Amino acid sequence: MEKREDKQEEEQEQVVNPWEVTAKDGGKIDYDKLIDKFGCQRLEEPLVDRVQRLTGRPAHVFLRRGVFFAHRDFDEILNGYEKGKKFYLYTGRGPSSEALHLGHLVPFMFTKYLQDAFKVPLVIQLTDDEKCMWKNLSVEECQRLARENAKDIIACGFDITKTFIFSDFDYVGGSFLYFWWDNYIGTHINITTYMQVVGIFGFSGEDHIGKVSFPPIQAAPSFPSSFPHLFSGKDDLRCLIPCAIDQDPYFRMTRDVAPRLGYHKPSLIESSFFPALQGETGKMSASDPNSAIYVTDSAKVIKNKINKYAFSGGQDSIEKHRELGANLEVDIPVKYLSFFLEDDAELEHIKTEYGAGRMLTGEVKKRLADVLTELVDRHRAARAAVTEEMVDAFMAVRPLPNMFD
Amino acid sequence: MVLQELGIKFEQYDHPAVLTVEAQAKYVGDKGGGLSKNLFLKDKKSRFYIVSALADTKVDLKVLSQRLGLGKGGIRMAPEEALGQLLQVPLGCVTPFALINESASYVSLLLDKEFKTQPHCFFHPLSNETSISVQASDLDKFLKSIGREPSYVDLEANPPVGKDQPPDLAILVPSGTIDIPDAPENSTPSQAVSEKSFPVQKKCTPASVDSVKSAKPSSADPNAKDKPNNAAPQPNAFAESRLFVDEILKKTTELLLSELTEDVAKQEALANSVRKHLAPDLQNLTRTFCSLLQVMFKNTAYTQGFYAGSNCQPKRL
Repeated sequence: MEKREDKQEEEQEQVVNPWEVTAKDGGKIDYDKLIDKFGCQRLEEPLVDRVQRLTGRPAHVFLRRGVFFAHRDFDEILNGYEKGKKFYLYTGRGPSSEALHLGHLVPFMFTKYLQDAFKVPLVIQLTDDEKCMWKNLSVEECQRLARENAKDIIACGFDITKTFIFSDFDYVGGSFLYFWWDNYIGTHINITTYMQVVGIFGFSGEDHIGKVSFPPIQAAPSFPSSFPHLFSGKDDLRCLIPCAIDQDPYFRMTRDVAPRLGYHKPSLIESSFFPALQGETGKMSASDPNSAIYVTDSAKVIKNKINKYAFSGGQDSIEKHRELGANLEVDIPVKYLSFFLEDDAELEHIKTEYGAGRMLTGEVKKRLADVLTELVDRHRAARAAVTEEMVDAFMAVRPLPNMFD
Repeated sequence: MVLQELGIKFEQYDHPAVLTVEAQAKYVGDKGGGLSKNLFLKDKKSRFYIVSALADTKVDLKVLSQRLGLGKGGIRMAPEEALGQLLQVPLGCVTPFALINESASYVSLLLDKEFKTQPHCFFHPLSNETSISVQASDLDKFLKSIGREPSYVDLEANPPVGKDQPPDLAILVPSGTIDIPDAPENSTPSQAVSEKSFPVQKKCTPASVDSVKSAKPSSADPNAKDKPNNAAPQPNAFAESRLFVDEILKKTTELLLSELTEDVAKQEALANSVRKHLAPDLQNLTRTFCSLLQVMFKNTAYTQGFYAGSNCQPKRL
């Protein structure tokens, strides 16, 4: 995501938008303030329980641990679902690099759970055009990266009979341009002013026009009519968008425009940021390989990265640690475990013991290394089963007759 | 002999051992019909092929390699050991009839379409002290009886192969690779026994001809293409659930070995410990691994169907 040189008026405040995430004074992101500022809602426990009841299975670990912590109209989706009304999922990725790290996988892991639990179809947008414009990569390179990323996405375990993956360069250009165009132009026309877009995204006079017209491209998949081969005749179908909270501006704009186009507002379910190994100062950076665990990392590399770079909340000396216990607020291994350790009881135990100083950092780090190695190994095995033909099949414009089964 | 059982008419000619077509011609060249030359080939991924052609047909290995989708120079003569191990015939005796052997199940057979123009053709059975002449249609009968679909190919054709023209013979590439150990386990005698009676029905399906090349998880392709950069080939656990069980056993034995003791009471405690520690682990593994396994199998099957459906065109001959 592009870093902006010129600061905005709110220099003192934290900055969260699709291209920049920085906390105030290099500290932690204040999520309460963010929810307040954005105007979305907290995802409270009753809602999590409701999900559990409706789907008949335990809620995903990300819901239980508050990783996905905010939403817009998720309760509307659940209301409809209770009455037998289905919905579809929409998520995406900007394929700017070949290497995916665990932070990238988070929304996809959660989306897979949603697909399985609610038995609904999913569209995945690969914004190769966005990356082409923003990162100055060639079109061919962006398309290649899109396909490579698609393989990792598929390896998360999406059901091909219910999933459509598309890249902007491939899909938006073709015969479906007509339908997109409708929604695309519609979105354009209905944003009141250029200044509104600037306000939401922080564009300046120097940004080229492609950037300004990109937001509607990310918005259009929120409307079922953008996929005539999938949802023709189902204009009433609601859309649920799992994403990280920095994508909220796109969909705030989309929700604004939707009623004027005659559609339901898309619902959102939003996650907090996956912290970098070195600590919670923002998102992971693709340019620093030691800030993240990559899906291509071997067990040895994972162990090494955690031991060397994972920011520890433990005390400097063992005596001090036994006395004071660990600072769980800043400890990265515990944070990571809260994302990926499925067993609630074990996590509780670790937090208690580590926080009291009875468990040492080394032990926590070892547990984390085991958990992540298993995850990465599983992902790699799944990835190896993904062929070029499978990518083609996922990306083919085809009907999905069993998408609600 | 098997051919008699199948009711195939053939003429048998015994002669001193011959290693070349010219030598064979000395004994049966005047009997009319076509002599065959038989090449035993191997590609870079250890897949094997028999190319059986009329002696006069020009066979260009470079062209063949491209038409099979192996790139230029992707195919060469197979090593001598492979002859004995896979085809169980001596040197100079490559023949379509060698496919009767179980060991040759994954060897693909390419037949010269010119065979059909001849009243009959000469092949070695499993020995080069004999030549038998059969009609092409009878050769087909034999092949079908061992579960093979005969594939006739215009061996002299040289169609362009590129982005928009897929290799026309790619479908004949076998789906299984074969590992030839350096020292053959039981050294086959240089003179193969010609009067063995082999089972007519083969247990395995002729995967080489019938399989669609794409997306089979057990084939070499995904492992070769999608290998992570750190060299050691990752076993593809989805096609081989055996690995899954091995994983379970590995964990079990590790735990057991670490606490091995003679004490009976301790053994009971040990057994309980195994169950207590392994059960949740394995349940977890089963749940997440199996569900991922399931969906990947589903995706693979769908992909194969999709590929087959969208590539359903008559071959250009």
